[in-house]
Amino acid sequence: MGTSTTYGARDHARAQEGAQAEAMPVVPAADWPAPPCAAGHLVWAETVAGGNYTHRVLARGTELRLTDLRGDACAHLLLFVADRPWERLNVADTVKVQWNAYLGEGQLLLSDQGRVLASLVADTSGRHDALCGTSTLVRNTNRYGDGTPQSPSPAGRELFKLAAAKNGLEPRDLPPSLSFFQGVRVHEDGALDFTGSAGPGGSVTLRAEQDVTVLIANVPHPADPRDDYVSTPLEVLAWRAEATGPGDPLWEATPEGRRAFLNTAEFLAARGLA
Amino acid sequence: MSTPTVRKSVVAARAAWSSVVRAGGTLTITDLHGNQAVDFLVYDAHDTSVRYSAPDTIHAQGGVFLTTGSVLMSNEHTPLMTVVADDVGRHDTVGGACSKESNSLRYGHHTWSQHACVDNFLAEGARHGLGKRDLVSNINWYMNVPVEKDGTLGIVDGLSAPGLSLTLRAECDVLVLVSNCPQINNPCNGFDPTAVEMTVTEAGTE
Repeated sequence: MGTSTTYGARDHARAQEGAQAEAMPVVPAADWPAPPCAAGHLVWAETVAGGNYTHRVLARGTELRLTDLRGDACAHLLLFVADRPWERLNVADTVKVQWNAYLGEGQLLLSDQGRVLASLVADTSGRHDALCGTSTLVRNTNRYGDGTPQSPSPAGRELFKLAAAKNGLEPRDLPPSLSFFQGVRVHEDGALDFTGSAGPGGSVTLRAEQDVTVLIANVPHPADPRDDYVSTPLEVLAWRAEATGPGDPLWEATPEGRRAFLNTAEFLAARGLA
Repeated sequence: MSTPTVRKSVVAARAAWSSVVRAGGTLTITDLHGNQAVDFLVYDAHDTSVRYSAPDTIHAQGGVFLTTGSVLMSNEHTPLMTVVADDVGRHDTVGGACSKESNSLRYGHHTWSQHACVDNFLAEGARHGLGKRDLVSNINWYMNVPVEKDGTLGIVDGLSAPGLSLTLRAECDVLVLVSNCPQINNPCNGFDPTAVEMTVTEAGTE
């Protein structure tokens, strides 16, 4: 098909519809072959390539499942309140308030305002990290020779900057992030032990407890000891569900969590949002 | 050859403080009365979007505690300051600052009228054009936060004592923000916040 004329170029471009890539969003999400939810509830279905990123605004009550398809994904995650991004994930409060440095099922991802952004409602991996954050241009340049977004070894922070910009946010809006599917443990003397992946198929499911902007970068964990930049596809599925409410075991699981849910409920009620 | 300039100031209990420390200069923080947490943030003085990063500091040194030799890394993985002396041996990178909001979760809503470090950071940061989005996970000098095998962590009795100090060398021109922690609901200040001393030394100009 010739592209020397506008008509030919248009035909050439339009003929590409229907092409498939391993990593791509499926639009509409309803076309996803095997949704983990009721028909019609899926709102986001995407496979994110290794070394790439994605982002979305999710309504309160949406569930977001991340799956490490081949065992070498690492989902670096940031959360912001959708219309008030100065309220955002606070990793220090998340671990301190819940008296635990390790992420797992039942834990809450807390904002700096004493409220819940999301809850971790399912986890089949158990290899996650709240301490090491993500990679940077300088570190990836030292480790792999490059860390720019267009390189074969993009840094997580460089990808977060792009995802942030597409949501009206700047580098100074990016706090420390969490990561899923590559584990870190702390020895008594404070030294870190990188425990790596639980293998292919591990997944975590987050439930949005407020309307949130979610930024995801799928890049190697900064403590990954391998010389090569190893990063495999991440599956991202989201569907309409219900936010945690009074009476849900998670609401009452800990006194700190209960107060975080109460603070969130009061804030949303005052705004007329829930 | 000129003698290095020395500036000393005492930060009252519960108060905030800030200073620029020039490249090659030092900041010594002295725990005058013992077991006083000093919440600390540091920024590149010429580009405050480059600021202390707890995760970069932790993964660069492969551990969560700070002591002599620890390099405080920025969010762009560049060195901001280095710990060049430390009488205590273990300082916290994980616990972050207390806030009225997190106090409501950790202890209850009865703490709402108590002062907190985030308010100090906001007030002091505003003097330098910094706002809420410029606050990130901070260092807690003199605060003891062990992590158990199962991941349980918590602020426990401190390891410091009256007169112990630590010294940081600036690797570039930096802006330091400090909150002399007012927390009274956990042992980070021995349940009695007290004053600390800051000594800023400029490198000689020979």
